[in-house]
Amino acid sequence: MVCYLMSKISAITLNTFKEAVRDRILYAILAFAIAMIGSTFILATIGVGSGPKIIRDIGLGFISIFGTLIAVFIGIGLVHKEIDRRTIYTIVSKPIHRFQFILGKYLGLILTLFVNVTIMTWALMGLIFIGEGFWDFRLLAASGMILLELMVVTGIAVLFSAFSTPALSAIFTLSFFAIGRLLDDLRLFGEHYAGPVGRAVIRTFYYLLPNLGRFNVSAEVVHGVPLGEVVSGMTILYGSLYVVALLALTSLIFQNRDFR
Amino acid sequence: MVVLKTEGLTKEYRTGFWRTRVRVLHDLNLAVHQGEVFGYLGPNGAGKTTTLKLLMGLIYPTAGRASILGRDVQDVAVKAQVGFLPENPYFYDYLTGREFLHFYGQLFGIPYRDRRQRIEELLQAVGLSKAAELQLRKYSKGMLQRIGLAQALINDPQVIVLDEPTSGLDPVGRKEVRDLILDLKRRGKSIFFSTHIVPDVEMICDRVGIIVAGRLVRVGTLEELLGSEVEGIEITASGFDEAVGSQIAQWSVRPPVQHGDTVFFAVRTEKEASQVMEFLLGRGASVHAVHPKRRTLEDLFLQEVAKT
Ligand SMILES: Nc1ncnc2c1ncn2[C@@H]1O[C@H](COP(=O)(O)OP(=O)(O)O)[C@@H](O)[C@H]1O
Ligand SMILES: [Mg+2]
Repeated sequence: MVCYLMSKISAITLNTFKEAVRDRILYAILAFAIAMIGSTFILATIGVGSGPKIIRDIGLGFISIFGTLIAVFIGIGLVHKEIDRRTIYTIVSKPIHRFQFILGKYLGLILTLFVNVTIMTWALMGLIFIGEGFWDFRLLAASGMILLELMVVTGIAVLFSAFSTPALSAIFTLSFFAIGRLLDDLRLFGEHYAGPVGRAVIRTFYYLLPNLGRFNVSAEVVHGVPLGEVVSGMTILYGSLYVVALLALTSLIFQNRDFR
Repeated sequence: MVVLKTEGLTKEYRTGFWRTRVRVLHDLNLAVHQGEVFGYLGPNGAGKTTTLKLLMGLIYPTAGRASILGRDVQDVAVKAQVGFLPENPYFYDYLTGREFLHFYGQLFGIPYRDRRQRIEELLQAVGLSKAAELQLRKYSKGMLQRIGLAQALINDPQVIVLDEPTSGLDPVGRKEVRDLILDLKRRGKSIFFSTHIVPDVEMICDRVGIIVAGRLVRVGTLEELLGSEVEGIEITASGFDEAVGSQIAQWSVRPPVQHGDTVFFAVRTEKEASQVMEFLLGRGASVHAVHPKRRTLEDLFLQEVAKT
C-alpha cells in the first residue's frame, strides 16, 4: 500500500526533476554559480582578500544564494504553471490524491536542488583541493544545512504557488526568506528596545515564521567548530517539522480549490 | 446499466471584482448507459467543459452530485476506470511521446512490463509509433490530440470522457477520431464526449444531449429528437416568367431563393408539390429537382439556440 502510494508520488517527482534538468536556464545558473565560486578562488590566491577561510565563507555563501534562487524561481511556478497550462487536468483526473501531487512536485524540486547543491559543493571542494592539497569534507555538513534551509524556502514557495501568481509568490517568498534570516536579530532587538506590545508581536512572529538563521552554520564550519555542535538534531527536527506543516497547509488549500 | 449519472448538478462561479455569482450549469440530470456513445452538444460557452470538469473532480459542484460506475466522482478510486481528454490539451512538452505515456501509466500504478506493452499498442493505434522518441514540443496539433487520446486510454478505461475531441482538427483528423470512438464502442466501452460540431454527433452518437446556456434542453436518440416525418418538399425550377415567379412566391413556405435563372423554394405537402409541378410544366418551365426535406439535427440545434 505504502509502496503503491509512493510509486505515484515518485512518478510526479521524476517528471518534475526531468522538467528542471531539461531547461537550459538551470545550466546557466549552475555555470554562473561555479564561475563565481571559481573567481573568488582566483582572487584569493592572487592575494586579494585573505586566505582559506574567506574562500570557504564566500563559496558557501554563493551556494546558498544560487540554491535559493533556484528554489524560489522554480518553486513559485511549480504548481502554478501546471494550473496555468492546464496540465493539472490530466493529473487530477487520474487516480491520484491531490496531496500526492503536491508532495511529488515538492520532492521533484528538492531532488533538483540536492543535485545542484551537491555539484556546487564538490566544485568548491575541488578548488580547495587544488589550492590546499586536501579534501575539506566539513563543507558537506555546511551544504547539508544549506539544503535543509532550501527545503523550508521551497516549502514556502510551493505554498504560495498553490494559490497565487508567480510574481506575488516571488515577493512573498523572498520576504519570508529575508525575515526568516533576520529573525534572531529581530527578536534581540525586540527584547531590548520594544515595548510590551511590540515584544509580544515580535515573539509571535519569532515562533510562527521560519527561523532560517538556525540553518546558517557556514561560519562555524569554516572556523573549525566541531561538527557535532554545529549540526544539531534539534535543528534538523525543526526544519523537518516546518516543512511538514507547510506541505500540509499547501495540500489543504489545494484540496479545496477549483481548477477552472 | 447506467455508467455515468448526474443528479441536480449545478455550478456557480464567482467572478469579477464584486465576486458576483454566475450560475453556469443549472440542475443537470443526465445518464449515460453502458456501451453507448453519448454526444453532449452545445454552442461555445454553454457549459460543456464545466460539466466535464465536475465529472472529473476538477471543480466542486455548488449543488447536486455526479457518479461514475455507481461511485461518487470525488472518490479517487473510481478514476482508475475512467479515461479523460481535456479541451485543447497542453502537455509536458519536454517529454517524448513514449515518456509521456509512461508517466500517465505510472499514475495508474500500472507495472512497467504491462505499461510497456500497452504503450506500444496505443502508439500503434493512434499512428504515432514513428514519433514516439520525439519531444511533444515538436508535435503538430493533430499529433497532440492523438497522443492525448492515447493518454486517456492508457488504463483501458470502461468510461471515456472527451472534451471537444474533434475541434481544431482537419477533416482527416476528425474522421480518425470518430473512427477511434466507434472502435472503442465496438469493444464495449461507454463514451461521453462534448462537441459543438453537429455532423460529428450525427455520425457516431447513439444518444444526444443538447445543452444551451447551462441548461440541458433536449436528450434522446436521433430518432426521438428528430422524428421521421417529412417537414416539406424542396423544389428547384427555372425558365418561367415573372407572373409565374410571383405565383411561386405565394405558394412557397419561405421566400424563394434565386440563383441566376434558377429558383429554390419549398411547399408543405406532397399533394401541393404535385400541383405546383403540374402548373410549372404546363407553363413550359423546367423542374430540376424535387426532394422531401426532413428535419436535421442542425435545425433542431439552431432552433434551441435561438430560443435563448
Ligand atoms: N473560470 C470561470 N470563471 C467564470 N466563468 C466561467 C469560468 N469558466 C467558464 N465560465 C463561464 O461558464 C460558461 C460555460 O463555460 P464552459 O463550460 O467552458 O462552456 P463550453 O465548454 O460549453 O464552451 C461560460 O459562459 C463561461 O464564460
Ligand atoms: Mg468547452
